[in-house]
Amino acid sequence: MMAVHCRNLTKRYQAGGQEVMALRGVHLDIPVGQLMMLVGPSGCGKTTLISVIAGILDQDEGTCEVYGVDLKSLSDRDKLAFRAKNIGFVFQSYNLLPSLTAQENAAVPLIINGVKRPLALQAAREILDRVGLGQRLTSMPSQLSGGQQQRVAIARSLVHDPRLIVCDEPTSALDHDTGQRVMELLKGVALDAGKALIIVTHDERIFEFADTIAHMDDGNIVKSPSLQPTSTSPY
Amino acid sequence: MSYIAIRMLMGDRSKYLGIIMGLTFASLIMTQQPAIFVGLMTRSFSFISDVGLPDIWVMDPKVQFVDDVKPLQDTELYRVRGVSGVDWAMPLYKGLIKARLTNGNFQTCNVIGLDDATLIGGPPEMIEGRLEDLRRADSVIVDQYGANEKLGVKGPDGTLSPLKVGDLLELNDHRAIVVGIAKTTRTFQSQPVVYTTYSRAKNMAPRERKLLSFILVKAKPSVALEELTRNIESHTGLAAYTQKGFQELTYNYYMKNTGIPINFGISVALGFLVGAAIAGQTFYSFTLENLRQFAVLKAMGAGNGTLLMMILLQASIVGIIGYGLGVGLTSVFGWAMRNTILSFKFPWQLLVFSGVGVMLICLIAAGISIRKVMTLEPAMVFKT
Repeated sequence: MMAVHCRNLTKRYQAGGQEVMALRGVHLDIPVGQLMMLVGPSGCGKTTLISVIAGILDQDEGTCEVYGVDLKSLSDRDKLAFRAKNIGFVFQSYNLLPSLTAQENAAVPLIINGVKRPLALQAAREILDRVGLGQRLTSMPSQLSGGQQQRVAIARSLVHDPRLIVCDEPTSALDHDTGQRVMELLKGVALDAGKALIIVTHDERIFEFADTIAHMDDGNIVKSPSLQPTSTSPY
Repeated sequence: MSYIAIRMLMGDRSKYLGIIMGLTFASLIMTQQPAIFVGLMTRSFSFISDVGLPDIWVMDPKVQFVDDVKPLQDTELYRVRGVSGVDWAMPLYKGLIKARLTNGNFQTCNVIGLDDATLIGGPPEMIEGRLEDLRRADSVIVDQYGANEKLGVKGPDGTLSPLKVGDLLELNDHRAIVVGIAKTTRTFQSQPVVYTTYSRAKNMAPRERKLLSFILVKAKPSVALEELTRNIESHTGLAAYTQKGFQELTYNYYMKNTGIPINFGISVALGFLVGAAIAGQTFYSFTLENLRQFAVLKAMGAGNGTLLMMILLQASIVGIIGYGLGVGLTSVFGWAMRNTILSFKFPWQLLVFSGVGVMLICLIAAGISIRKVMTLEPAMVFKT
């Protein structure tokens, strides 16, 4: 079964009065249970592609199904509900809410899904335990190191048990060792049965964790996803 | 999500305090200035309020407010007494007479002459002495503000000695002895109020053909006051007002013919505008700084409705706190000024008025921010 099934995706932007083709007929499949890395130079359309896959942006043409659901066909309300329930996010700059503790940050997706706060905090405590931050529940983001903040972000992306986890440069702000640990964690915790992971990255140090790597350039997949992770990258 | 909204709001301590300060300032100005204004306006008819016994005030039709005395002939009193429905009618003198103090200084006083037999129209409460003491020769009763302030005499060391029972005054060259100190409400003009009998007041007053200022009327039981005022007017050609009607006449005169409402209105408007500017700008800046956080929530599935409620909740919280602090400060101000000459009256309507003002400021502040958040593109979370 495919977690993500995209066909002929196109997306245009208006920038400075000119039309920019961000996606030019992208075909992409991500099977369930796989970690796919999306690599390519800056501006090649990686972020646009994951935004479309996550239902944050609508494509202009083509179809994109996530676990068989065509997000573009959903109403705004249903799309929000689908995103809240099925998709987890890990961002390059963590994007933790600075005024919430680690535990509260990790509980946010559950609260968005309408789970009562005590239950959400309990679930957040458990997931933070799993990512090794059980002792830092009440720490504010500013009191955590970069790696710890990213682990809180990972806990937040997993707490509501989503089926697709979308990560944008999860290790680029981390040193090598921390990056490796974060990737081990992501791969270990996220790839439970029925889940899939898509990671946008420039960081070739983590390519070894990928099941498949898709290379993008100029708004398209230039090299089909390979089952053999490349050890070096031109990017 | 309410919890997250509150934590976001209070997390940025400086902005949070800045917004509250702006709203506190607005709320303070929007309650304190009108409270002084209401106090001042209430003083304009405080003399009418203090004379509690009569139902109706009869006067020359050209009278515009309580201090605008246009004297009547004494015979008008008998005509009013002849109107059907009048239980009793008593004369009242009200006029300005200069008092000479024991140190030689002069002070203009508001002299009130009460009916010699009944003393109707006297002060509402006596602090020292009795109202009946006015029947003694040359006697006068002075209000406590006049006695303690303007009629007090400064000694050689600069200390002010209040006027006391037994002290002497000279009213328009007439000897007057203080037999009592009365508790009255401060008047708009803040002159000392001196009570005496009607006949004595007429002697003290400068020579004029007519000296009857007002006729105080009590209606017979079960007689409708509005009907009786119409009867008095139609039978005598004079103006007759119920106590409330005369208060309104006086109040409306000050509202229309003085710059007081405009001056206070400008202060209140400025308070509103400055408060709105500070709170609105700070709240908007707070939202801008948290735009990324809102985008994260949006990306994770929080809808525009949820974010709208979060912003409204944040605006409500700062609004309630700012309003409470402003109203509290105004109350403290009023309490601190309670024994001074400053007029201050804080009715519940002012709480509603300033509450609506603060709510408007919050809505304006939230409105600007809401627009920004509603049009927010959640894809921005992928940018560093």
